[in-house]
Amino acid sequence: MKRTIPLLLASIAGFIMIVAYFSPHTESWGEEVAVWFNILAAVAFILGGGNLLKIHLRKVSDRNSGWMYSVITVVSFLVMLFLGLWKFGVNPNPQFPDYGHWAGEYNDSTSPFYWLYEYTFKPLQATIFAMLAFYVASAAFRAFRAKNFEALLLLATAFVVLLGRTAAGVFLTDFIPADGPFAALRLEEMTQYLMNIFNTAGNRAIMIGIALGTASVSLKILLGVDRSYIGSGDD
Amino acid sequence: MFEYFRNLDRRWIFLLMLLSVAVPIYVIGKTKETFPETALPLATNVFNEIEALQPGEKVLLAFDYDPGSEGELGPMATAFTYHCSSRGLKLYFMALWPLGRQMIDDNIAKVIEPDFPDMVYGEDYVNLGFKAGNEGVIKVIVTDIKQFYTTDARGTNIEQIPMMEGIKSIQQMDLMLNVSAGYPGTKEWVQYAVTPYPKEIKLVGGCTGVQAPLLYPYIPQQLPGLLAAIKGASEYESLVIKAYPPAEGKEAKYMEAQRRMGPQLVAHVLMVLLIVAGNIIFFIERKRGARA
Amino acid sequence: MNRETLLWVIVLLIGAALLAGRAMFAENGMGKAYITPVEKTYVGLDADVAEAAEAEAETKTVWVSIDELPEDFDVDAVADDDVVSWDTYETKDYAAYIAAQNAGTNDVVFSLSHTIGIWIAALLTLFVLSFLIKDNPLYKVAESMFIGISAAYWMVVGFWDTIVPNLFAKLAPGPTTAWALPGIRDEAQFELIYIVPLIFSILLLMRLAPKAGWLSRWPMAFFIGTFCGFRLISFLHGDFLAQIRNTIVSLYAKTPQFAADGTAMLNEAGAPIMDFTFWGSVQNLILVIGVLACLVYFFFSFEHKGVVGGTARLGIWFLMVTFGAAFAYTVMGRIALLAIRIEFLFDDWLWLIDPTGRRAVEAVGMIVLAPLGMA
Repeated sequence: MKRTIPLLLASIAGFIMIVAYFSPHTESWGEEVAVWFNILAAVAFILGGGNLLKIHLRKVSDRNSGWMYSVITVVSFLVMLFLGLWKFGVNPNPQFPDYGHWAGEYNDSTSPFYWLYEYTFKPLQATIFAMLAFYVASAAFRAFRAKNFEALLLLATAFVVLLGRTAAGVFLTDFIPADGPFAALRLEEMTQYLMNIFNTAGNRAIMIGIALGTASVSLKILLGVDRSYIGSGDD
Repeated sequence: MFEYFRNLDRRWIFLLMLLSVAVPIYVIGKTKETFPETALPLATNVFNEIEALQPGEKVLLAFDYDPGSEGELGPMATAFTYHCSSRGLKLYFMALWPLGRQMIDDNIAKVIEPDFPDMVYGEDYVNLGFKAGNEGVIKVIVTDIKQFYTTDARGTNIEQIPMMEGIKSIQQMDLMLNVSAGYPGTKEWVQYAVTPYPKEIKLVGGCTGVQAPLLYPYIPQQLPGLLAAIKGASEYESLVIKAYPPAEGKEAKYMEAQRRMGPQLVAHVLMVLLIVAGNIIFFIERKRGARA
Repeated sequence: MNRETLLWVIVLLIGAALLAGRAMFAENGMGKAYITPVEKTYVGLDADVAEAAEAEAETKTVWVSIDELPEDFDVDAVADDDVVSWDTYETKDYAAYIAAQNAGTNDVVFSLSHTIGIWIAALLTLFVLSFLIKDNPLYKVAESMFIGISAAYWMVVGFWDTIVPNLFAKLAPGPTTAWALPGIRDEAQFELIYIVPLIFSILLLMRLAPKAGWLSRWPMAFFIGTFCGFRLISFLHGDFLAQIRNTIVSLYAKTPQFAADGTAMLNEAGAPIMDFTFWGSVQNLILVIGVLACLVYFFFSFEHKGVVGGTARLGIWFLMVTFGAAFAYTVMGRIALLAIRIEFLFDDWLWLIDPTGRRAVEAVGMIVLAPLGMA
C-alpha cells in the first residue's frame, strides 16, 4: 500500500502526460494533470514555509548555537506572512471597492508587505547575489592555473571572451582593419566565432548527453525501475 | 615579496573588485558618457523580430527573473517594454518566477505609465501575473490559457479583458519575448512551447551570463535571437534608442545597460590581470619547486 | 587590539567619516524620498446610469472613479455605502519636489516611510557586504531576515496567485469570489474534479506532521511522475532530436549575395542569389566535427586509443573552449549584479551620482528663478 500506490500514481500521471503529447484527443487530460501539478507546486511553497518554521522553532527551543538568529528568521517570516496573507494595508480594487482590501492586490504599493519587499527583500537578495562577483575574482586569482594545454585553452578562451565582450576588445585590436582579410582576428569577431562554433559544438554535445540521461532516468521512474524517490523505510 | 603575494589576503582582491566596479560607476554617473555600442547579429535579430511585427500585433512578455538577477536583466526587460510600447504592440505580461509579477509591475510603473500614458490597461497591455508550476504552466497555456488563468494579476475576469478576446492559447501570440534568470526560463520555453509548435510560436529573449552559452545550441533554429547578459542588453538598448528616441530628458532612463558596460570593462580587465598574476605566482613557484 | 579588530575599526571609521562628509557637503542632502499623495474616490452607480453594462445587468453596481464623472456630479447625493475613498501615492523625484516648491504648491511632499526604507535598504546592503571582511553578527542578522522574508513572500504569492484562484475558486466558488475574487463571481463554477488536487495538497502538507509523513509520498509520487512525463518527451524532442537536426548543416554552405549598396541581389524569379562561401563551409565543418568529437569523448566507454583517442582529445579541447566561454559569461553576469548594488548606494542613497537626472535641480531652479532676475 505504502509503495504500490505511489508507484502507480507516478506511472499513470507520467504516461498521461506522454500520451497527451501525441494525440489532440488526449490533450485535455494532459492539461488537467498539469493544472494539478501546478497547484501542488504552489502548495510546495507552503510546505517550504512550514518546514522552515519547524526547523527554526526547534533551533530556538533547543537553544542551539545561534538560536537568536533563528528568532529573527521566525519573526520576519511570521510578520511577512501575516501582512501578505491578510493583505494588510492593501487598498481596495478599483473595480470592486465594496469588497474592501480583500479584493486588492497583495503587493499594492501602499501596503507594508510591499514596503518590506522593496526595502528589505529586494536589497538583501540582490546584494547576496552581488557577493558572487567578489568570490569569482578571488577564485580567478587562486584557482585558474595554466597547468597544461587544456587549461591554457580554457584560459585563453576566457580572456578573449572577457575582453571581446567589452569596449576593451574593440580598443585592443582596433589596428586590424574591420573589412580586411584578418578581420576575424579582432577580439570582438573572435568572440563571436568562439561562441557560435566552438561553444555551440561543446554545449550541443553536452545537451545531447543530458537529454539522453534525463530521458532514461524519467523512463526508469515511470516504469518503476527506479524507486528511490519513494524513499526507504517502513513499508 | 613573493611570499606576500602568494599568501595574499583575499580581501585585497575584494577591495580591487569593489573599486573596479565603483569607480567607473562614479565616473560615468558624473560624466554621463557611455561607450559606443555596435550591435552584433544576435541582438540585431531580437530587434528585427520585434520590428517585423505590425502595430496592434500581440506579443507575450514572460519576465522570469527576480531582484537577484535584476542587475543583468532589468535593463533588457525595460528595453523590451519600451520597444514593444513604442512599436504599438499589444503587450501580454506573465511570469513563471514568484517575483516576476513584481518585476512586471515595476516595468509598467517605469515605462508604460510615465512614457506611454495613452496605453490603456486591458486594451494595450495586461499583466497576467504569476502562476506556480514552472514548465507545468507552459504545458497548460500552450494549448489553453483560460484553463489556468481565470483572472489577471489585478483580479479582473479574463473574459472581460478586451485584449484577451479570442485568445485561446499562447499559440495566438505573434511573438514571444522571454527574460530569463534560470529555471524555469528560456530553456523551458524552447522545450515546451517552441519545439512542439515551431510554426505557431516564435521566441526570442534575453538571459543571464550563466545561461547564455548553454542556449547557443538552440540558435537559430529554435531561438532566432538572444540577448546574452548585460552586453546583449546594451547592444539591444542602443538599437532601440536609435530607432525610437525617448523624449528629451528621458534618454538616460533607457541607457542603463550601456552605462553598466563601464564597470563591466574595468572589472573584466581586472579579472584578466588577476588570472595572469595568479599564473605568474604559479610559474615562479613551480620553478622554485623544480630547483629545490 | 588585534589585527581583526583594528581592521573593523578602520573600516567603520572610514565609512563614518565618508558618510559624515557626504552629509555635510551635499547640496541637496541624501537618501530622501518624495511622494505625491493621491486620494482615490469611487462612486457606485447603477449600471444604466453609468451606461457601461448590458441590459441584463440593470441592478448591478458599476464603480466609477470620481475623476471620470462630470464636474457637476453631486457626490453627497449618493448613499454613503456607495462612495469609497482611500489614499495612495505616486513616487516623485527630488527634482519634482523642488519644482513644486518653486511653483509654490505642496503637491510633492517628503515621505518619511520611504526615506526610512531607503536607509534600511542601504544598511542591509552594507550588512551583507560586511561579510567580505569577515563573518559577523550584522551579516547573520541580514541573512536570517532574508531567509524568513523570502520564504513568507513565496508562500503569500503561491497562496494568492495560484491556490486561491485555481483551487479554492473551483471547490468553493461562492465563498471565494465573495471574499477575494469578485472578478469571476458570475462565472466561477464548482468543479468536483478539483477534489483530487485538494486531497493531494492536504496529503503533501502531512509531511509536516510527525507521524503521518508517509502520506505525502502519494502527492510526491504524482508530482514526480508528472515531472518525468514532462521531461521524458521534451528532452528527447527539444534537446536530443532537435540538436541532431540542428547539427545537420550543409558543408557546402551558400550565402546570399549583396549588391554594393547592401541590398540582397535577386535572380529573375525574385529569389536571392546564393553563392558558395568558403569560410561559411569551414565554420559548418568545424561545428560538425566539434559535436562529433565531444560525443566520442562522452560516449565511447572503452579505452581511448588510436583514432578514437585522438578524436576524444579533440573533443576535450572543444569542451575546454566551451568551459572558458561559460566562465567568461559567468563573470560578466556576476559583475552586473554587483554594479546594480553600487548604483543603488551611490544614486538612491548617497546621491553621489545622478545618471538619470532625478535630482537635476540646478536646471529647474534656473528656469524658475531666471524671470525673477535672481539667476
